[in-house]
Amino acid sequence: MKKTTLRTAVALTAALGLLAGCSSGGGEAADDGDGSTLTWWHNSNTAPGKDYYEQVAADFEAANPGVTITISAMQHEDMGTKLNAAFQTGDTPDIFMERGGGEMAAHVEAGLIKDISEPAAAEIENLGGAVAGWQMDGQTYALPFSLGLVGFWYNKALFAEAGITEAPETMDDLYDAIDKLKAAGIAPISVGAGDVWPAAHYWYYFSLRECSSDVLKDAVTSKDFSDPCFVAAGEDLEELIAAEPFNAGFLATPAQAGPSSASGLLATEQVAMELAGHWEPGVMQGLTEDQQGLGEDTGWFAFPEVDGGAGDPTDQLGGGDAWACSEQAPDICVDFIRYLLSDEVQQGFAENSMGLPTNPAASASVADPVLADLLAVRDEAPFVQLYFDTAFGENVGGAMNDAISLLFAGQATPQDVVDQAQTAADGE
Amino acid sequence: MTARQGAGAGSTSTGSTTASTSTSTADRAARPAAVPAGGRRRRAPLTSRWRTRLEIAFFVTPALALLALFVVVPVLQAGHYSLYKWNGLGPMDNFVGLANYVQALGDDVFTGALRHNLTIIVLSIVVQLPLGLAIALLLNRNMWGRTALRVIIFVPYVLAEVVAGVVWFMLLQPGGVVDALFAAVGLERYTQLWLGNPDVALYTVMFVLTWKYLGLAVILFLAGLQGVPPDLHEAAQIDGASWWQVQRKITVPLLGPTIRTWGFLSMIGSLQLFDMVWILTKGGPANSTMTMATYLISRGTERSQYGYGSAVAVLLFAFSLVLALLYQLFILRRDNSDGAHTPSSEKVKR
Repeated sequence: MKKTTLRTAVALTAALGLLAGCSSGGGEAADDGDGSTLTWWHNSNTAPGKDYYEQVAADFEAANPGVTITISAMQHEDMGTKLNAAFQTGDTPDIFMERGGGEMAAHVEAGLIKDISEPAAAEIENLGGAVAGWQMDGQTYALPFSLGLVGFWYNKALFAEAGITEAPETMDDLYDAIDKLKAAGIAPISVGAGDVWPAAHYWYYFSLRECSSDVLKDAVTSKDFSDPCFVAAGEDLEELIAAEPFNAGFLATPAQAGPSSASGLLATEQVAMELAGHWEPGVMQGLTEDQQGLGEDTGWFAFPEVDGGAGDPTDQLGGGDAWACSEQAPDICVDFIRYLLSDEVQQGFAENSMGLPTNPAASASVADPVLADLLAVRDEAPFVQLYFDTAFGENVGGAMNDAISLLFAGQATPQDVVDQAQTAADGE
Repeated sequence: MTARQGAGAGSTSTGSTTASTSTSTADRAARPAAVPAGGRRRRAPLTSRWRTRLEIAFFVTPALALLALFVVVPVLQAGHYSLYKWNGLGPMDNFVGLANYVQALGDDVFTGALRHNLTIIVLSIVVQLPLGLAIALLLNRNMWGRTALRVIIFVPYVLAEVVAGVVWFMLLQPGGVVDALFAAVGLERYTQLWLGNPDVALYTVMFVLTWKYLGLAVILFLAGLQGVPPDLHEAAQIDGASWWQVQRKITVPLLGPTIRTWGFLSMIGSLQLFDMVWILTKGGPANSTMTMATYLISRGTERSQYGYGSAVAVLLFAFSLVLALLYQLFILRRDNSDGAHTPSSEKVKR
């Protein structure tokens, strides 16, 4: 009898201990930063980027005795999910990636991100217009380290096979290329409309060509889409969809996952081109067995000019990643992100093909010739519009994207896209 | 034990006055003391009763605590969040009342999602029930390779949903294996953009779901068939009933409780359907396969509208609860009442 009671008591205590462990375990991992420890989350979780960032952190630690940097290198989507959870609990890492636009505005409003305008003034000056996407009301909250453009990636061999000698510069050229490719039995364009945002990029770009940059800049702050150029953009897109340039079943095609994705179709030479960002060569390399992607056949051209549009044809759509410090991070955090934007770190970043550097001193270090071309286009662009869904925030951007994907399915009109976005914006 | 009897006595005299009830309570209280028994005997049941209670408390408390922590509290929290407009960051201070609910119920995509859920419930029962029953009856006969066939039918159910989804996603690509199979048997003009055509996608998803969950129906029905006494079959056969008649008049009616339970599981599964749809179509193309759960994720969490997402979650919970209660009330009641009411009605007869 006594033995049983004892055993019961032990078991009970153990069970309670287990429960208590569940509830308190989460809290202990928190580190508020005691001035000498920095936590850094980034998404370069494969070589050579991972090793390079470890080296960068070690160099910084050596130059600043007493500082320890704890790195968490995560897969991109994992990082997004964890960051979201971290922002909700307020227990953010000291250094994190910030994509700017409406997302950043939400972080600023919630007081989660450090204002670095003063301590990083020199770097902000050096980066010039690239910082614009991470500024709000004249204050700067993050330093962009990679800024890329969306444009058409194409297969040079397939273009040659279809008898296309020059990369399209106007929409008429593009329609001409589509006809030639179809005549040669090649599917012209792949689009990952299953993931929605790749399809939305078309509408963004038509807006960029139809609307003047002043209208767009105004729309980002006022969230007013009443200018008729937004409807005109939808009409341009309808015309393109009517020409049926897209891969079969494009409504269900994912963006980048697997060989049947839009990127996979381009990488395996089943389509001739795809509208995608600067990440595309890297994605294609991952989707081919020899890790080469399209290799020598990789080509890039900017989104074509639209006849009669108010936008400057050299304006580009793009986006990037910036380093930010959380509000409660120690001041040394700002020194670290300034170091990350220094000439030497950005040069190494470019040499390792980790992205398109923003520090002008590193421009010459971009090894890949196609990416170097892209960088030149970016630096010449008078205006780079941040992806609308990022610029407008997840809510308005999401409503806009969904309406655009319905337009691709033939179930929404150009006016519907504008109305949906406006309704979501008015509801905020 | 004595308390139970007391309560039972009270319930039989429901029509009587409060006075009689109180006397019966007094009776009950007096009874243990009135029982003349040896000291040792009287103490043993008392401690054992406390022991039993302690044991129950000991074994039930952890489960209840976990249930409260991970089910009850989140449900209540969702109800709380659903009254606010909140993006998940910072304080939750924008109280909007029932606006989120109004918005959800007025959104065509949400009502479409609800319609898809109901379509899937109906199709599951219309398609999977006859098919599962037929296969179960077939596999219940003595035939060559029966065990192998049972395993083959059940394998899809064992397979992880995500794995099965990814495999079917690849098979159903334009120009993929399914299209090739159609072409091989001369049916290429019937090939479709299985996942890319808004008119077809829901039925494609339904096909994959049937493939996946038919095994569960078959296994459940086979188990139910074990409970059908073979002597009934023999008796019917002696009376000259054919195999079909035996199945229709004896086996299927006796399988009723199993079928009704399966129907319940199938309905709940259809209402909460998420993973397979998410992998195959993400609710697209053009929202044609959106379910309430995928809507909750795509419009709630992916757009950082946590208040709105919570409202959708509460609606999903409410719809499931109402349907489950209706099912309980009109269909499962027969099974439950069989167990609970028969003894008392027998009593009345006596």
